[in-house]
Amino acid sequence: MFIIDTITHRLKRGCETMAYPQGPAPVLPDRHGGALKVDATQCAAGCTACVPVCPTQAITRLAGKPVALDLGRCIFCAACVEICPSKAITQTGDYRMAVRRREDLVLGAPGKEQVRLAVALDKKLRRLFGRSLRLRQVSAGGCAACEADTNVLGTIGWDLGRFGIQFVASPRHADGLLITGPVTKNMELALQKTYAAVAAPKIVIAVGACAIAGGPFVGHAQVNNGANTIVPVDLFVPGCPPHPVTILHGLLALLGRLQNENRAAR
Amino acid sequence: MSATTPFALLANATSLPWAEIPAWPVAEFVHATATELNRGARFCAWFGVPEHSGTCLVAVLAFDVDNTLAVGRSEAFTGAYPALTTTHPQAHLFEREVWEQHGLTPAGHPWLKPVRRTNEKGNAPANGEFFRVEGGEVHEVAVGPVHAGVIEPGHFRFQCAGEEVLHLEIALGYQHRGIEEALRDGPHRATMSQMETVAGDTTIAHATAYATVMEALAGTEAPLRAQWLRAVALELERLANHTGDMGALAGDVAFLPTMSACGKIRGDFLNLTALMCGNRFGRGLVRPGGCRHDLDAGRAAQLKERLETALADTKQAVAWFWDSAAVRARFENVGTVFPAQATAIGLVGPAARACGLVRDVRFDHPAGWHRFAQAPVAVWPVGDVFARAKVRSLEIERSGDYLREQLTAPAEGELRGELAPPAPDTLAVALVEGWRGEVCHVALTDAAGRFRRYKIVDPSFHNWMGLALALRGTAISDFPICNKSFNLSYCGHDL
Ligand code: SF4
Repeated sequence: MFIIDTITHRLKRGCETMAYPQGPAPVLPDRHGGALKVDATQCAAGCTACVPVCPTQAITRLAGKPVALDLGRCIFCAACVEICPSKAITQTGDYRMAVRRREDLVLGAPGKEQVRLAVALDKKLRRLFGRSLRLRQVSAGGCAACEADTNVLGTIGWDLGRFGIQFVASPRHADGLLITGPVTKNMELALQKTYAAVAAPKIVIAVGACAIAGGPFVGHAQVNNGANTIVPVDLFVPGCPPHPVTILHGLLALLGRLQNENRAAR
Repeated sequence: MSATTPFALLANATSLPWAEIPAWPVAEFVHATATELNRGARFCAWFGVPEHSGTCLVAVLAFDVDNTLAVGRSEAFTGAYPALTTTHPQAHLFEREVWEQHGLTPAGHPWLKPVRRTNEKGNAPANGEFFRVEGGEVHEVAVGPVHAGVIEPGHFRFQCAGEEVLHLEIALGYQHRGIEEALRDGPHRATMSQMETVAGDTTIAHATAYATVMEALAGTEAPLRAQWLRAVALELERLANHTGDMGALAGDVAFLPTMSACGKIRGDFLNLTALMCGNRFGRGLVRPGGCRHDLDAGRAAQLKERLETALADTKQAVAWFWDSAAVRARFENVGTVFPAQATAIGLVGPAARACGLVRDVRFDHPAGWHRFAQAPVAVWPVGDVFARAKVRSLEIERSGDYLREQLTAPAEGELRGELAPPAPDTLAVALVEGWRGEVCHVALTDAAGRFRRYKIVDPSFHNWMGLALALRGTAISDFPICNKSFNLSYCGHDL
């Protein structure tokens, strides 16, 4: 009896996988705010109001220099946005934040008001991974939120499998690693071994503020301040945790499967 | 029962001056604690506080039937003390932790080894020796730290005879981020976000416990509106995680309809939390003194509507699951923890309630909004995988009903109140029933009102032993469903 019920119910619901990237991307929750934008020309001379409110020390302002906000460290608490008296730091609502180079997340210098979005892998790697990417996930001090929002990409709503991307059960089967967490000292060896076990060429994706720069735990003696202190990283996805659409966008951008959109964004 | 205790009594979410906590020489203190445990108290926390002349041990116990907590401590000492674990196994991990953190040796502890300390090379936990079963037919299976899914790391060492697991030892510590150490002299500017990531899927419970501790230290409480919002967010957190667990359990027995549906619905619940505060895990919502985001009427209406849809979808997906004889049969009599074991090792949360123990902070030690509105406690006997799944599905229903009720009658008023600085030399305790069970935060301030000691006990700290016991005599191929039926936190344990 229940089999028939189950089947009819599934049929009634139809396809629940989102249209993105062909169709529109799912919208971020309005209170999320999306990527930050820093227009340092708005800053009052000598103002450092935002510096001490940031829980992860993402903002610095050296004397005579424009303010620098490191979106890699940011946990999107919006404290700086709220306190800024001259609206120099604003929310863009944009879900796209993944970058290829660490420095592309540092905002504030002239011409660098926003993140410089990820470009695709080179042609050779794209031929290897573009249509089939197998990843091994290593949580190295992740709090289970980045893991959860990576995991959700495997559910029917997101269906990561349709892009040929899949999480595998052994580094020997993998083309790369997806790392979450600040890389605790206690996971350092395990991460090194896992990285070594993946056959070259391989890529590494750091997901979340912790994996990029230590997140809320930056500076603790018990952690390394991010994955790139241990292994080379090819893609940085900011957030605490990054919204699933931010992670998916990063992966697709890396694989060069969003070319049209990327041109438009540039 | 608690009326005659020599321990100092206090209610959940309150504080008391350090000077009012009775102190004994350590042997007498251990004896006094054992006496209370024999009379039905249970361990919430057990930790050391460094003093000039050594370390004193502090015990926070719960008398669930009397709805009260009790605190006692030892005088400062160094060296060894008679272990409590020998008579009360629920102390085993706490005593290992105290040994690791303060060098106090629980003499007679049957399995004294590190909990989360780093090895000499500084690149892995100091696991120590593993328990080994000897014999020609015995083989050992080692799993982890990196696992075959998108999941946190931990190491599992099975001693097997053929398919049968004789013993499972769980070695954790890989996720140790130094949260408690960093809290010394706090709060600091990163403290709130660290509290929200103690266990990332339990953000609301840990953030609420921390905020409650700060409020108790300030001698105040959050405005009712904020307490109500926290209660709503706490149930959304429970719904998301329980639904995810039902899906994961279904996935592990290859029952795909429920797996697919629940995987998606879990996200729908997370999106409701994001509707409240912008973050799917509730970060940025709870703050000491209140909440940071309000639920305006439009948002509340949207929340209600989307909640109804998600609840209806869950109901259906869970019904397929229980309708299937194949699923039921696969879960029955697998991974059983007996009630006596559950009591002895101090299980909490759904894992305890699945052993028939009526143990729920929202009911036993109501604080915040739970003083005014409660949901019935969901209990099921037997203690097997079936029971743990059953308790979850009951809790999904009850959390749903609770939210329906709450959303029709919101508390009005301020969102956030002024918070006085923390009282000096004061101990505050907050328990919150997170989706995995009791989240316990204890803060002790110094003369300047800074944290002298801050102790966090995630429910997983009590419950990992339950998983190890569940595996005894079970086939190793049953490990995945047993593990999912507990779904414990690694980072919450490792801190
Ligand atoms: S929004 Fe990001 S940069 Fe701004 S204060 Fe919060 S964590 Fe720091």
